[in-house]
Amino acid sequence: MKSTNTSAPSAELVPGKGSVAGEKIDFGRPMVRVFGHRIDVRVVATAGIVMLLALACGFAGLLLGKFSLTPIEVFHGLFGQAEKRIVNTVVGEWRAPRVLAGIVLGAGLGVSGAVFQSLTRNPLGSPDIIGFSTGAYTGGIVTIIFFGTSFVSTAFGAIVGGILTAALVYVLTWKGGVQGFRLIIVGIALTAMLNAFNTWLIMRADLDLAMAAATWGAGSLNGMGWSTILPAAIGTILLGLGCGLFARDLGTLELGDDTAKALGARNEPVRAVLILVAVALVAVVTAAAGPIAFVALAAPQIGRRIAKAQGTSMLSAAAVGALLLVAADLIAQHALGDIQLPVGVVTVCIGGIYLIWLLIQEARKAQ
Amino acid sequence: MTGLATTPQASASAQIGQKTSKGLRAKRAIGLVAAIIVLVLVVLASLAIGTRDMPLSEVLDAFFNPSGSDDQLVVLELRLPRTLLGILVGMGLGLAGGLIQALTRNPLADPGLLGVNAGASFAVTIGIGFFGVTSINGYIWFAFVGALLATTGVYIIGSSGRNRSVDPIRLTLAGVAVAAVLAGLTKGILLTNERAFDAFRSWDVGAIAGRGFDTITAVAPFIIIGIVLALFLSHSLNAVALGDDLAASLGTSVNRTRVFSILAVTLLAGGATAAAGPIGFIGLMIPHIARWIVGPDQRWILSYSVILSPILLLVSDVLGRIVMKPGELQVGVVTAFVGAPVLIALVRRKKASGL
Repeated sequence: MKSTNTSAPSAELVPGKGSVAGEKIDFGRPMVRVFGHRIDVRVVATAGIVMLLALACGFAGLLLGKFSLTPIEVFHGLFGQAEKRIVNTVVGEWRAPRVLAGIVLGAGLGVSGAVFQSLTRNPLGSPDIIGFSTGAYTGGIVTIIFFGTSFVSTAFGAIVGGILTAALVYVLTWKGGVQGFRLIIVGIALTAMLNAFNTWLIMRADLDLAMAAATWGAGSLNGMGWSTILPAAIGTILLGLGCGLFARDLGTLELGDDTAKALGARNEPVRAVLILVAVALVAVVTAAAGPIAFVALAAPQIGRRIAKAQGTSMLSAAAVGALLLVAADLIAQHALGDIQLPVGVVTVCIGGIYLIWLLIQEARKAQ
Repeated sequence: MTGLATTPQASASAQIGQKTSKGLRAKRAIGLVAAIIVLVLVVLASLAIGTRDMPLSEVLDAFFNPSGSDDQLVVLELRLPRTLLGILVGMGLGLAGGLIQALTRNPLADPGLLGVNAGASFAVTIGIGFFGVTSINGYIWFAFVGALLATTGVYIIGSSGRNRSVDPIRLTLAGVAVAAVLAGLTKGILLTNERAFDAFRSWDVGAIAGRGFDTITAVAPFIIIGIVLALFLSHSLNAVALGDDLAASLGTSVNRTRVFSILAVTLLAGGATAAAGPIGFIGLMIPHIARWIVGPDQRWILSYSVILSPILLLVSDVLGRIVMKPGELQVGVVTAFVGAPVLIALVRRKKASGL
């Protein structure tokens, strides 16, 4: 909140000066020009530090477990060079894909959350609210109950369910344009409907199937193998970069529809493409790991506060998302001894506790 | 619902502050009476319709001319408590929704936002998982205490700001946060305890069937006190709707209104959720419909909500008995399927009814 006081003025308060000076606009914070693009130093630096933390957590994930290893063994194991064969298997086949999944999928969730929050201009406008996650859950449950627990069919069902729901939300919102407020309400309405349907399906299903569906529905990286994570990671990275291409347009749209139009942005095409790419991004993540709650909601907000940025930054959101998911997975694996929790259970708790802490903190500052 | 369609003319945009004309007030009162008549009809339908449909005369005989036949026993011992509970739960949820929307000035707010559902769910999970509670009547007290604690927690976090005032946005965020943590813990317990999961999933769906008179007598006092409190508050809520500063200058104690509103919401929604499990959408939808009919005056919105909510709940419950005959669809599922399209239609109208 402080940042608004320190960084807002200068460029606008001194009329004429800012536009004439060109290169030397004072943004109130350090900026670097790279290939004609202004880059905010603080955003990049904080994102880098958070990403390093995420990698550190990832490394801890490679070290810890029933089969405890030394850091040197882990390095050898990563490249398949360890003396003991079992180390290669444990590190290379079991732990590495899971850590990679945590980092890449977390970043993907962060980016998609940033896009949705910018588009709806609402900190609660995450894919969870737009209805995607619940739709994916419905698709997943239906396939689990009627076609068994095979991974491929669950992933397929999740993607179909999620995209159908998102499309339905968009169509029902459309009225000569898509208004953020309407998008959220329609999303909430459909989410509530699907939630009721999901609860009902779970209530009627066989206990084992219901339990499997609920576990998948919590979002989990348990048993993640290369065959799952490789295609998912490639898809996530490509789609994430795709969102990155639109970062500037997104910033313009954040100013409001009319202002954006006045600045020459084509609102509807940009918005439609962005929604499509962001939905595809969540779809890939959900197919791989199930609907993981709260990362998409919390990561952009946390990133924004760390970077003290004005708008939502995709880079910060990606870094924080990666850290959140990889750290949550560490806790999910090791906090309860032998019992492995689905990571979604932990992300929900962490996200919620963070939000509570944040509220209390801001209250203290205000006093 | 048919009663609603006949009174749209009452939705004339009477702004607060303008003198409400006598004709308009009469129209609103007539609308309210019409709604009460609809409620009576719906209650009769709820008593008559089910796996075994019976003529209205049989239903009336059960009350005034009891013969002890099987049909009459079904009416008196199964459908009557179910219907009474439906009325109570409906009123509780609808009024709580109206209060919370007025209080947070957020048309999307529903009682779930204050952590009622999450708190109740968490406490019921603990009851099942660690105390081995298995009956609906055993869940009630866990659910109620859970709802109470969660709401209090949300309120404390939401009001930890400057001079103890409550910012609606902070309150909303605090609700989301607390609900998230509780939902995570609930899931964590359930997914590691198969037996608890099995018992919980049937409470979680939200239903008013299979509860006896003891459930009703357990929650009725809370809900009734809540209703009285809510109706007393409606005048101050009108002032709060204008903004904190303006309300204060009009002589309304904003904070006292807030504290009592939250208390009322806890009693109403906590009682309803304890008895029926989490039922969505009534708290969200009914105040919108009421506002659509009577405009922004909270006194009328809340009065209409008291009558309209049980109508919606009972109609949903009866629908649930009809569509899946001879089986049943739980009322929580039906309200969502009835409510979602209505909400979407509302938000697609030209002017969404703001607060």
